[in-house]
Amino acid sequence: MDWVLIAEQTLNGVQLGILLFLLAAGLTLTFGIMDFVNLAHGTMYMMGAFFGATVMLATKSYLLGIAAGVAGSMLLGCLVERVALRSLYERNHLDQVLATFGLILFFNELAQVIWPTDGLTVPFPTWLGGTVMLPLGIEYSKFRLAIIGAGLLVALGLWLLVTKTRLGMLIRAGASNRQMAGALGVNIPLLFTIVFGVGAGLAGLAGMLITPILGATAGMGEVIIIQTFVVIVIGGIGSVRGAFIAAIITGLIIGLGRSFLDVLLLTFLSPNAAESAGPALSSMLIYIFMAVVLFFKPQGLFPPKSG
Amino acid sequence: MRTAKKLSQISKVLLPAVALSFVGVTVAQADKVKIGFVTTLSTPAAVIGNDMRDAVNLAVKHLGGKAGDVEFEVVFGDDEFNPQKGKQATERLIKQDKVDIMSGYIWSHVLLASSKTVLDAGKILISANAGPSPLAGKNCNKNFFNISWQNDQTPMAMGEVLNKKGVKSLYIMAPNYAAGKNMVAGVERTFKGEIVGKDMTKWPDQIDWSAEMSKAKAANPDGVFIFYPGKHGGAFMKQYAESGLGGKVPLYTVFTVDSIGLPKFQSANMEAVLGSTMTQFWAPDLDNAANKKFVDGFKAEYGKYPSFYAAQSYDAINYIASAIKAVGGDMSKTDDLRAALEAADFASVRGDFKMGPNHFPIQNFYSREVVKDADGVWTTSIRDVVLANHQDTYAAECNM
Repeated sequence: MDWVLIAEQTLNGVQLGILLFLLAAGLTLTFGIMDFVNLAHGTMYMMGAFFGATVMLATKSYLLGIAAGVAGSMLLGCLVERVALRSLYERNHLDQVLATFGLILFFNELAQVIWPTDGLTVPFPTWLGGTVMLPLGIEYSKFRLAIIGAGLLVALGLWLLVTKTRLGMLIRAGASNRQMAGALGVNIPLLFTIVFGVGAGLAGLAGMLITPILGATAGMGEVIIIQTFVVIVIGGIGSVRGAFIAAIITGLIIGLGRSFLDVLLLTFLSPNAAESAGPALSSMLIYIFMAVVLFFKPQGLFPPKSG
Repeated sequence: MRTAKKLSQISKVLLPAVALSFVGVTVAQADKVKIGFVTTLSTPAAVIGNDMRDAVNLAVKHLGGKAGDVEFEVVFGDDEFNPQKGKQATERLIKQDKVDIMSGYIWSHVLLASSKTVLDAGKILISANAGPSPLAGKNCNKNFFNISWQNDQTPMAMGEVLNKKGVKSLYIMAPNYAAGKNMVAGVERTFKGEIVGKDMTKWPDQIDWSAEMSKAKAANPDGVFIFYPGKHGGAFMKQYAESGLGGKVPLYTVFTVDSIGLPKFQSANMEAVLGSTMTQFWAPDLDNAANKKFVDGFKAEYGKYPSFYAAQSYDAINYIASAIKAVGGDMSKTDDLRAALEAADFASVRGDFKMGPNHFPIQNFYSREVVKDADGVWTTSIRDVVLANHQDTYAAECNM
């Protein structure tokens, strides 16, 4: 086995996992605390990418682009919550799915009206271009490494926020028992808006982090939101810690599956069969993993403690 | 009395004349031939479909909306980059708009899903881009024509280019759908070196190739061959440059670098794209009168270079117009229509070519290179003929 390749593929998997975590953190909180199914979470990821790319193209600064992506999607998230979603909290999940699916269609069309049909492309920031030599002869993209670093920092910040601050305490209280938290005088509507805004901001951050690699395009959110749902189900709905661990595991499964599954299949299948089964099977792996997890732990790996 | 009689006499003459003139109007309307054209007009892939639509409209304008004396119009349908939606759009054009002949189709999987609908209705179908192997070989049909190329041919030309360049080991990446498989089969058929790795990636969802590029880097090949049309191509080229492969392992592409992506590469200063080689049946600077008229007209009308998709669409309309003219606009004469299409007597932007027995063109394939034009705009320029008068390999399996 080629250890350099395995190390590099592990980094690729972690990078994808970090991205999934940034999306899953917001989704798991809105689902866990508000009991609200938000399919349009991927839309915040897309809008963050578009806001960020627009500002980056105008100012030539990646950091300003990130700031714009986070701030823009956070504001948009709060606005959408106040205007459209607030009235849906008391409705059943199907209504929520329908309404947020409508939002997806609306924003995808809007993005194509405002920005070019094939989206926006931004250059890599020059200070993060090219590759860097890591120990043991691993040559890795500086930019992807920076995504991993930024994601870990955000994860740390989020952990501090949830476990060490008053806001975090309220969020945890809301996740465990919403009615009781409300009865104790917590301003639940305000808490909801804050949680929704933070979640949207994190999604926007993920969108702008990945934009130099993938570009900002209409519909980019739908590709990743399915995997994000898998992550929060595996991690336990409402648990940020669970979302983090599940996201990294999911990223590794996708990354390593894509790199080594066809080699594995070749040992007992013909090259032609392995070639077409490989990509199909590797995209199924996370669902198989989710099914296994749910079989043994129906609440996910780390369900939030509830009374 | 006299005036009244006169009036009635006048009306006796006038009425039939007026009535006749109405008949004349309705006849003229019925004579207007309708061409259905399915392409991608929504989703980010619409950037290709819009280019095709622009070229179709330019062809209609150059023809004055007439094939000979017969007026014709083009009705567009949107496949939404989805085989099911493409089939629905096709059904709508045939049943609701009652078009006389069908064309368009970027994607092989969309064409394969839609072709039965057209052929079962007894209409003629002319693909303006997709050239999947089944329709060239075993499932060829007397009413199916292709005015672009068979999928395998362009990568076969690339295989020859690789041999000439002395590439001994090759890593292949392509999307896992009908056209992707044809592209890989094509390059494998002519490339004489060793294929050290191959990834068929999920289409169209996968736009991040970090895992595949790491594998390619570890395999350390002389070259990497890819097929990623549309916006995927742009994302791939960017990631390749940043992966540690760019500048070390040359990248050889088919249908990935064209005038749709080049302005973006140029604005992102991706100098590595300049000088890169691809193969194609056409280039903007291919020297013939029809091509000059097309490229100059396109640039004047839309302010940019046409893509190869545009070139094929422009050809498709001129091709169909030549057949409409041959039957004098009577689209019920399917046999005569087919004979006219087999003769392919029109001025193609690719210069002289012949329609093969399986209704796919027998034509030249060239190597092209990305260059700066006189105004500093990045474009592709023709180099050598790689395959001359080339017929696809599936033609032998076709039995009409």
